[in-house]
Amino acid sequence: MATNLQTPAPYHNNFLREVEERVEEGEWVKMCMQCGVCAGSCPFGPHWEHSPQKIFMMIRAGKREEVLTSDAMWMCTSCYNCVVRCPRQLPITHIMHGLASYAHRLGLVPKGQPTHEFATMFWNNLAKKGRVNELKLTLALYFKDGLVAGIKTVVLAKRLNPMEIFGGHAIKDLKGFQAIIAKAREIEDKKQGLTG
Amino acid sequence: MAKKEYAFYPGCSSQLKASASNYLTSVNSMCKTLDVKLTEIPDWNCCSASIGYCEGGELPRLAINARNFAQAETHLPGQDIVATCAACWLSARETKDRLDGSAQLMKETNEALAAAGLHYNAEVEIRHMVEVLIEDFGYEELKKSMKKSLEGIKFAGYVGCQTNRPFGISGESFENPLYLDKLVETFGGEALTKYDQKVACCGGALAFSEPEKSQKQIRDIVESAYDHGAEMIVTPCPLCQANVEVYQSEINKKQGTKFNMPVLYYSQLMTVAYGGSMKDAGLDGQLIRAEKLEKITAK
Repeated sequence: MATNLQTPAPYHNNFLREVEERVEEGEWVKMCMQCGVCAGSCPFGPHWEHSPQKIFMMIRAGKREEVLTSDAMWMCTSCYNCVVRCPRQLPITHIMHGLASYAHRLGLVPKGQPTHEFATMFWNNLAKKGRVNELKLTLALYFKDGLVAGIKTVVLAKRLNPMEIFGGHAIKDLKGFQAIIAKAREIEDKKQGLTG
Repeated sequence: MAKKEYAFYPGCSSQLKASASNYLTSVNSMCKTLDVKLTEIPDWNCCSASIGYCEGGELPRLAINARNFAQAETHLPGQDIVATCAACWLSARETKDRLDGSAQLMKETNEALAAAGLHYNAEVEIRHMVEVLIEDFGYEELKKSMKKSLEGIKFAGYVGCQTNRPFGISGESFENPLYLDKLVETFGGEALTKYDQKVACCGGALAFSEPEKSQKQIRDIVESAYDHGAEMIVTPCPLCQANVEVYQSEINKKQGTKFNMPVLYYSQLMTVAYGGSMKDAGLDGQLIRAEKLEKITAK
């Protein structure tokens, strides 16, 4: 899918509103009370450029570029520890996913961000057949520099059938499946101001 | 007629010839003993897992999950959807919650589904296999079919993230869920009472993209199991299972550890306790063999 580089001009000086309107679960950002429990609960916490707590404050401070080009959201492992511990019950995991996805749609993700690349590859893999082809996904990883550890999974060939490479699992109504995705994408793009 | 029937959502990793096919094998054996009939949702598709968020956004992700719901409603009316994979269960539960909570998203999702001639009526229930075991049977009932005890084996119950948060199993705490330990004890095994990595994250999908950061998590999970005297790790999640089992040899190589800890599914333990063979329990699919369990199957 082509990356849309246009920046939504009308909200440039009000980043919080942009996030509320266009980022998944973004309307929750204003509820953060800056306690820092999310930052302390994250398994990858030490590796974040900015913790979720900081990201929320940066959004409210209008730091659009710093937030959307940050490496931080891509450190989310989707463990949901922050979500269940947040005293305000913010869906932090989803807000991080939403920000990451929005940055991706705008083409602002730092080049070579490994989780960005893997996440994109994963979706493209599933969209092709309706189910994930684990073998192709793993091999794609193997042939990418810096992601060599993916080869370990090939060891799973004992459980994973090597014949998957010649097609593998696929759903029958692939056409319908892809039509659903295309329609959903069209509706969402319109909501996010990425079309027309 | 089977005692209980469910619309089954095996998911990509647990289908035949995939990385967690031993999960599926053991679930099928376990369900046979329990007289549970699992009927696959016709033509089910991937849930997109958590990592699908980047390219999938919100609505496409919701829509593909709702496609499975629509299929189940049409072809298996009245049956609860049961997932074995933590990520499938979570994505489906999240989709249901979000659609139930927003008329707007429900409308948009159905607009997308209409592109394939489908419609979701919001009639499904989404459940994890563990919920079926605990809620529809209960520990006492499950024990009735036990033929062999797991006596003498110490298990670290590694619950991990996605069957535990944000939804979890009803009545359990996020910080110290006890259902895996209770299952282990139900079948005569010994559960670690102080396993401090019980709900830690294995790195999930980031085991691929951030291997070093994830392997630190995995090292802690295995090390703590050893420290507390465990002989095996048991888990309900296919990604936890794969990450914690597969990367042990790599950690050994890089960090000089000597990890060799088998990582099993609860369904494999139960199949063994129900008198199943090594093959029935999918034990032949382990990268790190669970020899003590294999011995029990041979008894």
